[in-house]
Amino acid sequence: MIVVKKLVKRFGLKTVLRGLNFEVQDGEFVALLGPNGSGKTTFLRILSSLARPTSGEISVAGFQLPDQASAVRRNLGVVSHLPLLYGDLTAEENLHFYGKMYAVSNLNQRIDQVLELVGMLTHRRELIRTFSRGMQQRLAIGRATLHDPQVLLLDEPHTGLDQDACGMLDHLLREVSGQGRTIVLTSHDLSRVEDLATRFDVLSQGVITASAGRIDVRRNGLAEFYRLALAN
Amino acid sequence: MRPDSTSSPLPAQKSSSRPNASYIKSIGAILWKDLAAEVRSRELLTAMLVFALLVILIFNFALDLDAATRRVATPGILWATFAFAGTLGLNRSMALEKDRGCFDGLLLAPVDRSAIYFGKLISNLVFMLIVEAVVLPVYSVLYNTNLFNPGLVCVILLGSLGYVAVGTLLSSMAVQTRTRDVLLPILLFPVIIPILIAAVKASSGFLQGVALADNMPYINLLLVYAVIFTAVAFMVFDYVVEE
Repeated sequence: MIVVKKLVKRFGLKTVLRGLNFEVQDGEFVALLGPNGSGKTTFLRILSSLARPTSGEISVAGFQLPDQASAVRRNLGVVSHLPLLYGDLTAEENLHFYGKMYAVSNLNQRIDQVLELVGMLTHRRELIRTFSRGMQQRLAIGRATLHDPQVLLLDEPHTGLDQDACGMLDHLLREVSGQGRTIVLTSHDLSRVEDLATRFDVLSQGVITASAGRIDVRRNGLAEFYRLALAN
Repeated sequence: MRPDSTSSPLPAQKSSSRPNASYIKSIGAILWKDLAAEVRSRELLTAMLVFALLVILIFNFALDLDAATRRVATPGILWATFAFAGTLGLNRSMALEKDRGCFDGLLLAPVDRSAIYFGKLISNLVFMLIVEAVVLPVYSVLYNTNLFNPGLVCVILLGSLGYVAVGTLLSSMAVQTRTRDVLLPILLFPVIIPILIAAVKASSGFLQGVALADNMPYINLLLVYAVIFTAVAFMVFDYVVEE
């Protein structure tokens, strides 16, 4: 579903990604771990076609980046630590706007489904700026899945959420993941992703330094796996 | 990849297969979104209107002009007002996109990115024309000058189109920097000098009853400038907004 080969990204003289290789199979839920500044966000921005790679090959959902960026975007949903929602529009209006941008058919019916999925049906006519951070993030997942993408990219979605909101978001992510989507989630909070992901990759200094499935990681614990990956 | 689409609570959605219809619908969606948000918040229009009215009020008291000088000075005062108020509007319009990461949301949509440019251009033009529609009668009363001239209206439409064509492109660049409020006027004003000169000259011509043929070079310049910059923006917008 996602294949990345020898990806390099430079900002001026600074090299953020140094020949990164990465592969995700259909339906996998990959947690991309790494310390601040390791290049997680830059990597996800390149995968989502928001940034152009300096060099390397990228394929998402069978389409090449950056040449087939529009086709990639059609198959992609993105959730970041910002909700990407308009504060002066209601929840329903935001979804309606994005639905038009993605040319979603049966839009009204689809909006109802998505609002129900994220538990926001009763808040559909409320303005986003009146929402708590947790509610905004739940609706952000609704926005990202509105066009039924095959791949979901989540960049630190738990940032700024309290314990209850995190729990609710995790529940929602499990539900979305259960629908067979391929998910890549970045985080530096190990406890948050331990029970969510099926695979754990560690990104450090611009390359993937370790990768393991949930069963392998559970032998010694995710914290130990992460510590060893950073020490390598 | 999917386990079974019939058992999924989220059945697969088919998208429109007509790219042109989708392109126009995207432009319409952005315009609708900007207008709906502005109807709720009234942030952008209020700021532009208050600023524009203050500028003409300050000029009125500061210059204290006699009737003949007023006619000569009117086009300059008007276009200076439109340009300053327009900059405020362009900055605010893009800042609202940056708020909560919405600009990334737009860029992630599977549409040709020029559709985003045209959507923003049309909404910026609408806001600018609303401000101008309020400023003109107020100016007429304050300066005791008749501005209800079809030629002048035509110049204002063309000048505003050229202004927002350049301004929308440059504000999309400036919004990605930390110093966007300062950067936009620095980038914008040198580029729009030809528009301002042509608009002031053409407006002056219409207000002083100069023959249409004598005004045509300025109108042509406004038209060419608007067309060229819209075409340039259409070609480069994708690169301008990408990291």
